[in-house]
Amino acid sequence: MSMPFYVSPEQLMKDRADYARKGIARGRSVVAVHFADGVLFVSENPSQALHKVSEIYDRIAFAAVGRYNEFENLRIAGVRLADMRGYSYDRRDVTGRGLANAYAQTLGTIFSSGGEKPYEVELFVAEIGDDVADDQIYRLTYDGQVADVQRYGVMGGAADVVAGYLEERYTEGASLEDAVRLAVSALGHTEEGDRVIPAEDLEVAVLDRTRSQPRKFVRVTPSRLGRLLGERGPSEPNPESEAEHMAVPADGPESPPSPSPVVERGDDEPPVAPPS
Amino acid sequence: MSDPLAGGRLPAAYMVPGTSSFADFLAGQAPDLLPSRRSLPPGQAADLAPHGTTIVAATFPDGVVMAGDRRATMGNVIAQRDIEKVFPADEFSVVGIAGSAGLAVEMVRLFQTELEHYEKIEGITLSMAGKANRLAALIRSNLGMAMQGLAVVPLFAGFDHATGGGRIFSYDVTGGRYEETAFHSVGSGSLFARGALKKLYRDDLSESDCVLAIVQALYDAADDDSATGGPDLTRRIFPVVHVITADGGRRVPDAEVADLADRMIAGRMTRPDGPQAGLS
Repeated sequence: MSMPFYVSPEQLMKDRADYARKGIARGRSVVAVHFADGVLFVSENPSQALHKVSEIYDRIAFAAVGRYNEFENLRIAGVRLADMRGYSYDRRDVTGRGLANAYAQTLGTIFSSGGEKPYEVELFVAEIGDDVADDQIYRLTYDGQVADVQRYGVMGGAADVVAGYLEERYTEGASLEDAVRLAVSALGHTEEGDRVIPAEDLEVAVLDRTRSQPRKFVRVTPSRLGRLLGERGPSEPNPESEAEHMAVPADGPESPPSPSPVVERGDDEPPVAPPS
Repeated sequence: MSDPLAGGRLPAAYMVPGTSSFADFLAGQAPDLLPSRRSLPPGQAADLAPHGTTIVAATFPDGVVMAGDRRATMGNVIAQRDIEKVFPADEFSVVGIAGSAGLAVEMVRLFQTELEHYEKIEGITLSMAGKANRLAALIRSNLGMAMQGLAVVPLFAGFDHATGGGRIFSYDVTGGRYEETAFHSVGSGSLFARGALKKLYRDDLSESDCVLAIVQALYDAADDDSATGGPDLTRRIFPVVHVITADGGRRVPDAEVADLADRMIAGRMTRPDGPQAGLS
């Protein structure tokens, strides 16, 4: 008869949390900022096909960091849940709170169940109302905790540094232009110095209550982003992404396991087949 | 609908990558929500519910226009005089409905959700032909009810960025899908509307002239078909008109349609049959 090892529940949970946190820290940051007309999302994401920020419903958007396949599953589940609710009740009955709740329960169950590995993801679920006071951002962590995000939120690798930069400079009721500039320079800020992120490496999307259509989510196109950012001086791509490019053969079907700092993708090769 | 969160988390079926079709997802998860999954007792059900009548669509160089009258009938009774039968399906397409009104409105809701769902999951919109085929599949699944008198016959139109122009698709109750050129009409007054458009339509009409031609055609349909409603001058109820161009779709404001209708009626005061086409 073999003697099973005893692992205390505290240790077990701590190990799982460390595992998830490590995975999340490898990804790049996503910033969500409240501004006058809604909620702005900015992330540094050179891929045009694999989004970190997406539409869920009329007034609800989703942003994630961490493992792509895991948050993509959660995103699809959210779209299905929202469309199902909206179809069987009414469009107004789909709420960000309900969605955040569903994600929290799901992540919490996965985290504490012994049978599954914890998800290495963190999510924002944002919902806009008729004015700024009704806007809401929820932040969900890998273990299913939910927090209300006031003013701005950052998740991913360098979250602390980016949040520190935003803390000093954030102003309430900013215009879209000011909010984009602030968020982009915050993402380019590191302890060693500031860099100008190339516009083509930015993924920017907005929940904009001034849109006339019922669907308020809109991706900021490169040309509009260029106008919003204005003249910024010479840009520098992320030094880490150079290493990624080299680690991934251009024509390789899959990125090889490598100690590259970002595990979620090679820039040219999606980890999932693109929709046919 | 059973609560999807009853199990304490999102069900596994929600998390599985796979179908981008909302109707297919419903068929697996909540089949009772699909109109096609309901079985009716034998017999004719046609007289139980209101019927919508005439829908007209026509293309013009920059896009396409669709309009519908506002009447729903149950036998000899006017069930509703301000029903809306033309709906945006997504930003670049509209769908108009004739036939059993309740089922048709439900089918439109399903179709709208279907298009939006695909767009959100795949990150790209369906092609115009893809949208038309999805609608055909929804109609085909309704064949059983159509045979019991609850037929739904939509007209679908939109702007196709691939061809750079407006396109119109008509359907039959078996899900047959037919692309129409220039203009088309469905519903009980469609024969009269189509006859009118034959004489009024030109392929170089401007947007506002195309809207006027369609409003004229709807008047002619209402003139000869008791189930189609004409402009209601006392209650100021006028047709619902949608215009779709490369910039997206919009509903023409009621005030604009009212102006056109007033102009048309002023003309018909002197010539009740409407504008005269040349003989050769």
